[in-house]
Amino acid sequence: MNQLMNPRRTEKIVFFFLLLSTLVVVLPVILVVGIIVVRGSSVLSWEFLTALPRMGMKAGGIFPAIFGTFCLVVGTVVFALPVGIFSAIYLSEYSKRGRLTRLIELAIVNLAGVPSVVYGLFGLGFFVVFLNFGASILAGSLTLAVMSLPVIITASREALQAVPKSFREVSYSLGATKWQTIRHAVLPHALPGILTGTILSLSRAAGETAPILFTVAAFYLPKLPKSVFDQAMALPYHLYVLSTQVPNVKLELQYGTALVLVALAVLMNIVGIVIRSYFRTKKQW
Amino acid sequence: MVEGKIEIRGLNFYYGTFQALQDVTLRIREREITAIIGPSGCGKSTLLRCLNRMNDLIKGARIEGSVKIDGEDIYGSSVDLIRLRKKVGMVFQRPNPFPISIFDNIAYGPAIHHLASKQALPDIVERSLRAVGLWDELKDRLSGSALMLSGEQQQRLCIARLIAVEPEILLMDEPCSALDPVATAKIEKLMLELKCRYTIVIVTHNMQQAARVSDWAAYLYLGKLIEFGETKMLFTTPKKRETEDYITGRFG
Repeated sequence: MNQLMNPRRTEKIVFFFLLLSTLVVVLPVILVVGIIVVRGSSVLSWEFLTALPRMGMKAGGIFPAIFGTFCLVVGTVVFALPVGIFSAIYLSEYSKRGRLTRLIELAIVNLAGVPSVVYGLFGLGFFVVFLNFGASILAGSLTLAVMSLPVIITASREALQAVPKSFREVSYSLGATKWQTIRHAVLPHALPGILTGTILSLSRAAGETAPILFTVAAFYLPKLPKSVFDQAMALPYHLYVLSTQVPNVKLELQYGTALVLVALAVLMNIVGIVIRSYFRTKKQW
Repeated sequence: MVEGKIEIRGLNFYYGTFQALQDVTLRIREREITAIIGPSGCGKSTLLRCLNRMNDLIKGARIEGSVKIDGEDIYGSSVDLIRLRKKVGMVFQRPNPFPISIFDNIAYGPAIHHLASKQALPDIVERSLRAVGLWDELKDRLSGSALMLSGEQQQRLCIARLIAVEPEILLMDEPCSALDPVATAKIEKLMLELKCRYTIVIVTHNMQQAARVSDWAAYLYLGKLIEFGETKMLFTTPKKRETEDYITGRFG
């Protein structure tokens, strides 16, 4: 009995299981990235990144998919960022703390948990059919924007609330209006946090397949879109198509596409992290 | 009898159900320094914050009685809060410059009130910094962060930021409580200089400070105004027993 309860042994056992759990978490990440890099890097070339696909996607490059995803990300920023920031400002600075506000906040938090395919169906029903945008970059961007909004709003609200109360007090005491206070004394100091949250949510949006499935993604379109009302190829959907819909595609092409997609997401995350750490070193309150 | 710059009459103040001020009546004279002293939690800061309506920001706050500045009831329905707060500025307990440049800190108020064109801003910044005696120290580093300054410089900067909006009344809420004695002495000297242009109300824990700088002193205890009078009278021959106990340190 005494042997079993030995605190030093308990310590070792606990340590072992904690470490094991962490390894279990880390290992798949390393394997996924490792396999993709090892198997995908062989097809990576300037041509692969900049050329149009050929021979029913079995050869050539993936440029239209890269460009399409780029358009979708830009469109998502254009639609989601202003609305997200403005509604976060309203919720955190203007709204009265009542039952309605709490309900709205709860709804936003829950929206973040809605499966992305549901957003895809919503986009199909609302933007593509009801508003008659057709399957287009516009409809796809809007759908991705709606999906990104809850995360952007939540991150923005947290960033706004992290700005010290004294900034607001000083501003009011100098005779500033509420909007002047928010615009000049609060928002500039919340912006880094807002941007970080936005970039992270965008990197998720860039990699989603379901929301763009019915709203924008083209199966095989070896040319670039000319306007926001055109369909476009997109990386995640292209990967899905290559993996399941086209027979006899070289496996390397699939891994190469996956590598580009992962690299894009990692790049965006790094940008987010760099912005955050840059402002964290500057911030001194 | 001369009307005061600020006339407080029968002021009651409540945080929800808690009454923080009870029937306070006080006259604050123009271009003199009035000190509000008393132990922690006696309502000093609350009283001060009634004068520029900063208490409006607190939920559940309620006020009765009247506060008149230049004869105008500041709690009247037609009062423009922005104009009021421009006229009645506040210096806080902790120096609280914005984490931006020295120049932008001072330009904040004038820009908001459209007091000056962009070209005139440097003049205002210089004048404000000169008024608080910071110009010579800082003129070469106006674009540096305000947070690089010492606590005393920061507090002076906050006063300069306030002066830049051309107020008439300065409310100071324990402006030296975060400063060391040397810095405190410098701020007190500054207050005496500013007195010839501004009406100053200072809340302080520090009785020596009140005795050194103020012309009038009010002793507040548990939300009630116990005694109010000329500082030298209040500190040498207090009329009330409670006041005497407090200023001689026999309190509690």
